[in-house]
Amino acid sequence: MSKSISKISHNSPVLEDNDPQDDLITLNLGPTHPATHGVFQNVLQIDGERIVSGVSTIGYIHRAFEKIAEHRPFYQITPLTDRLNYCSSPINNMGWYLTVEKLLDIEIPKRVQYMRVIVMELARIADHIICNGILGVDTGAFSGFLYVMQEREFIYEIYEEICGARLTTNIGRVGGFERDFNESAFAKIREFLVRFPPVLREFQELFDRNRIFIERTSNVAAVTAEEALNYSWSGPILRATGVDYDVRAHSPYSSYEEFDFDVPVGTNGDVYDRFSVRNEEMWQSLRIIEQALEKIDKEPTGVFHADVPDFYLPPKEDVYTSMEALIYHFKIVMGEWDAPKDEVYQAVEGANGELGFYLIHDGGRTPYRLHFRRPSFINYQMFAPMSSGMLISDAIINMSSLNIIAGELDA
Amino acid sequence: MNKLDNSQVIESLQRKFGDHIHQITEPKGLLTVHTDRGHIIEVLQFIKEDERLQFIYLTDITAVHYPGSELEFMIVYHVHSLVHNVRIRIKVPLSKMDLVIPTATVLWNGANWMERETYDFYGVNFEGHPDLRRILNMDEMEVFPMRKEYPLEDPNRVDKKDLYFGR
Repeated sequence: MSKSISKISHNSPVLEDNDPQDDLITLNLGPTHPATHGVFQNVLQIDGERIVSGVSTIGYIHRAFEKIAEHRPFYQITPLTDRLNYCSSPINNMGWYLTVEKLLDIEIPKRVQYMRVIVMELARIADHIICNGILGVDTGAFSGFLYVMQEREFIYEIYEEICGARLTTNIGRVGGFERDFNESAFAKIREFLVRFPPVLREFQELFDRNRIFIERTSNVAAVTAEEALNYSWSGPILRATGVDYDVRAHSPYSSYEEFDFDVPVGTNGDVYDRFSVRNEEMWQSLRIIEQALEKIDKEPTGVFHADVPDFYLPPKEDVYTSMEALIYHFKIVMGEWDAPKDEVYQAVEGANGELGFYLIHDGGRTPYRLHFRRPSFINYQMFAPMSSGMLISDAIINMSSLNIIAGELDA
Repeated sequence: MNKLDNSQVIESLQRKFGDHIHQITEPKGLLTVHTDRGHIIEVLQFIKEDERLQFIYLTDITAVHYPGSELEFMIVYHVHSLVHNVRIRIKVPLSKMDLVIPTATVLWNGANWMERETYDFYGVNFEGHPDLRRILNMDEMEVFPMRKEYPLEDPNRVDKKDLYFGR
């Protein structure tokens, strides 16, 4: 270690930069407080119920994904991306595949792109369901959460039909999917389109005209568009401030440009607007899924991956009987990819905002450098500064409306 | 307003900074330029505040380690012009002996944690940063773990030599 770098101590539970007033209390909110829905610590200085200042300490579930990724072949990285935002892992997986496919210049068949859109939108709904449901719980309305949770369970059943897993899905492959969606998967997606709207409507009616909910959330933690952009916010919380930045609309990937959907924006940037933006996004996601199903019907059936034998694992039966398949299998598993030396930045609209993958490839078997631009990490840094002056109970619902997922925060 | 494209960005950058902007490439269509430590904040401020460019959104700050080269560390900024939907990647090479760069928190508050993360993993000192300390790793850690010389696994293990796994 060179001498010019000084080690700075931190993490001391006592805040040093505060006025030494006797009546301030230091409160450790977290790391495992039930109201924070994850492992975050916030050391707050409180004056009665009011927060004077706060410091966030994060990193409790840091798992060094970027370091691990530098030691793994490309197809083994999805288990890592799964565990970023584990409430919507398919979006992370697809984002990683899109990054690799951009690096390799692989053309993906339209049908596969639509299938990916369906999976990603289901994941977005699953994520927003949790966020809005939990927001209800934190404001004291438990039942809405239970109504919509049943639908998340149904989304997980769809994942199960598609890939066999539920939470950390590891869904798909570079070049497409590992298998076609079966009949029952399509049937369940169609069933979801029928059964979810009434539930969502009921959920919405429970909250959006509810006086208690409105008084608890409107004008709480209001953020202006300038502040939000200054803090590099993205996703629903940025759109709640009135900035219509959505990666799906701005830099379409996976054929999003062919879909007809709206980007809902709020006006105040407060908790109520974030709730409404997320709700409206679920309606838009349903629209997108509907269109995707129509588009899939027009495409030739049975296509579920691109024809790239260099990068797509051959079927296991062939590996035992055919020479080429065995060679490809061996090369892919050992990481012998002929990938160009290049650097790629690919962003997808994750459930919390712009999820970016910055990949540098030097021709080796593993990424030379892989950096995740994690929306939760970047969105969360405003939490402590904006909490000053807030009531503790407002800070709690502010936190749940930011939808900070610990896995994505700490990587 | 006319749509902005990469050539116009290059042109206005070169008009303003001349030789301080070099190695202009466009890997996968994303404009990438190199600059130096002395000019990085000026460049960022220029592209942020110029009326034509409007790169107002800081997407990311990170670093890359290239051991063996003269300037071992590369600081990488991704900035986005939301109005024109154009992205730019700005790189600043730094040497290991003198790993100091001015902070971008003077322009964006959002740079705060991005720079702390970069410091945490690579030991890059962001001069003028309000609160430069470790963020994800524990404070007692004495190394900067994303540097290439730090192995992923315990180097004393004999059963998992990287050599056999092609790593």
